[in-house]
Amino acid sequence: MKVLVPVKRVLDYNVKARVKPDQSGVDLSNVKMSMNPFDEIAVEEAVRLQEAGTATETIVVSIGPAKAQETIRTGLAMGMDRGVHVQTDDDLEPLAVAKILKAVAEAEGADLVITGKQAIDNDYGSTGGMLAALLDWPIGSAANSMSKDGDALTVVKEVDGGLQTVKLQMPALVTTDLRLNEPRYASLPNIMKAKRKPIEAKTPADYGVDTTPRLKTLKVTEPAAREAGIKVEDAAALVDKLKNEAGVL
Amino acid sequence: MAVLVIAEHDNASLKDATHKTVTAAAKMGGDIDVLVAGKGIKDVMAAAAKIDGVRAVLGVDHDSLERQLAEAMEVVVVGLMDGYDAVLSPDTTTHKNYMPRVAAKLDVQQISSVTGVESADTFVRPIYAGNAMATVQSTDAKKVVTVRTTAFAAAGEGGSASASDSAANIGDLKSEFVSEELTKSDRPELTAAKTVISGGRGMGSGENFKLLEGIADKLGAAMGASRAAVDAGFVPNDWQVGQTGKSVAPELYIAVGISGAIQHLAGMKDSKVIAAINKDEDAPIFSVADYGLVADLFKALPEFEAELEKAGV
Ligand SMILES: Cc1cc2nc3c(=O)[nH]c(=O)nc-3n(C[C@H](O)[C@H](O)[C@H](O)COP(=O)(O)OP(=O)(O)OC[C@H]3O[C@@H](n4cnc5c(N)ncnc54)[C@H](O)[C@@H]3O)c2cc1C
Ligand SMILES: Cc1cc2nc3c(=O)[nH]c(=O)nc-3n(C[C@H](O)[C@H](O)[C@H](O)COP(=O)(O)OP(=O)(O)OC[C@H]3O[C@@H](n4cnc5c(N)ncnc54)[C@H](O)[C@@H]3O)c2cc1C
Repeated sequence: MKVLVPVKRVLDYNVKARVKPDQSGVDLSNVKMSMNPFDEIAVEEAVRLQEAGTATETIVVSIGPAKAQETIRTGLAMGMDRGVHVQTDDDLEPLAVAKILKAVAEAEGADLVITGKQAIDNDYGSTGGMLAALLDWPIGSAANSMSKDGDALTVVKEVDGGLQTVKLQMPALVTTDLRLNEPRYASLPNIMKAKRKPIEAKTPADYGVDTTPRLKTLKVTEPAAREAGIKVEDAAALVDKLKNEAGVL
Repeated sequence: MAVLVIAEHDNASLKDATHKTVTAAAKMGGDIDVLVAGKGIKDVMAAAAKIDGVRAVLGVDHDSLERQLAEAMEVVVVGLMDGYDAVLSPDTTTHKNYMPRVAAKLDVQQISSVTGVESADTFVRPIYAGNAMATVQSTDAKKVVTVRTTAFAAAGEGGSASASDSAANIGDLKSEFVSEELTKSDRPELTAAKTVISGGRGMGSGENFKLLEGIADKLGAAMGASRAAVDAGFVPNDWQVGQTGKSVAPELYIAVGISGAIQHLAGMKDSKVIAAINKDEDAPIFSVADYGLVADLFKALPEFEAELEKAGV
């Protein structure tokens, strides 16, 4: 079984996003960027499948600027076999990303694609679902656990009311939720080893995908700020304020 | 212009998220129809027909739709889109599961979790955990939109729309439902509750969440949690409030033993009133709290419950 994991380079989750004064977007100059945390979970799952002998090959792919190579190297250092870098400086929307990923999945003959359930920058949460539809594959969204038996993949999903289990025919697509696993840290020897693993260089044009954006960003602004509140002395004061000042009890 | 709104329901009853999505749809202008896709949905259809501003209710009743699985929903919705310029659903997990599939099949860029509708093609949505708000205009012929329902008021129930059954050609699917393990609770649903009380890592154990229960009972509150509390196994996954969990905007949100990481704030900072109990006076949660109590929660919670009792709550 070949496993493909798409990873995205995003603003590190510990860094607070700052809106540019000209309202054109979020300022990403000189800030720490990392692999989308949900994609680390996807990489971890793929590597575990390989360690268990279930996966025969693991491929990590990223679509983005030259620096996206670093994100691919992180995946390789965690244990993925090889990388594909589809280089573009454009801000691609999930639909274009999904179209490119479809072409990559087909070219690689992937049996399983594991994506993050959402990227923590744009929060579209749509790339995985779009890719599954374009491939006409079944999807297990927001996976809490997964296991393969024969040609079927059983996925326990996190849903609004709790957990739901579905059975998917392979090939299939899974999106990761936070509780699927705890990603490993790459060890120094593995980081060194990853430097020698191959990364294939591609462009969106190689796959014949039209990446023209469908959305125009008119502006990006700061959210409405909350006014600073007060500290209260004790529990009695808290009840009093909530009841008599805020009127919410 | 015609807009299709997809109902949120459990086959037995219609959920409030539907009414809120209708409000968002109304801001786009045009006729609004509601799709109820499920199994044994007569009552849900009747309830949907009462929503103000709805032209017609379409019901698709099919065995494969009992759990609204992704592939089946894709077939139903895509099949109806010839007659519509836009489709809107709540941004709950049920719809997040198949709306991207619908968008891809229609060759449309989905617009996820909108908190504002400016016009028929322009929407506001939070990005970067709500630290920025993007206003985006869609150039696609059809719009595929999921709605952050906490940002919209529920449409009223004085309507009398027509309701009719619609057929769907759902063939063999490559996925099947196996089982479900739903969290049982008599409390209000987290995203719809007027009051929410959440506990974080500071609670220390699942057992200690009992300290919140008595208060939740008195306040008729739903119970929530931070990711750390869920990851630690204190409480079930569906309690998680935040950027990657549920978004809530109740009248009152009480955060106990929660530090206030940006990912948590993303899911609750639109609450009307926020109260926080934390022993660390520098905890970031206090920067969004209207009322902050710096105290050990093990001491403060029993006192808070007793004071509520005294105040006749
Ligand atoms: C209004 C707006 C503002 C934007 N601003 C920026 C910006 O400031 N900076 C910027 O870099 N981009 C920006 N973009 C483009 C953004 O990169 C795309 O929207 C993104 O590729 C997909 O959205 P998402 O990451 O939220 O997808 P999601 O659907 O949330 O991502 C889910 C999963 O898909 C996979 N995936 C997503 N993207 C890639 C990728 N490129 N390569 C490999 N796998 C991937 C990952 O597995 C990820 O976990 C913007 C787009 C819009 C519409
Ligand atoms: C990709 C990603 C997605 C995430 N999504 C979410 C999300 O959706 N929701 C979410 O909540 N988090 C999310 N997180 C996690 C987030 O970054 C924080 O780690 C998490 O919110 C911290 O939870 P906490 O506040 O309970 O724990 P901590 O940060 O450990 O805070 C515990 C607090 O309890 C207080 N405390 C301890 N003991 C006591 C006591 N006896 N009395 C009073 N106070 C006490 C401490 O002072 C501290 O402030 C996400 C992280 C990542 C990387």
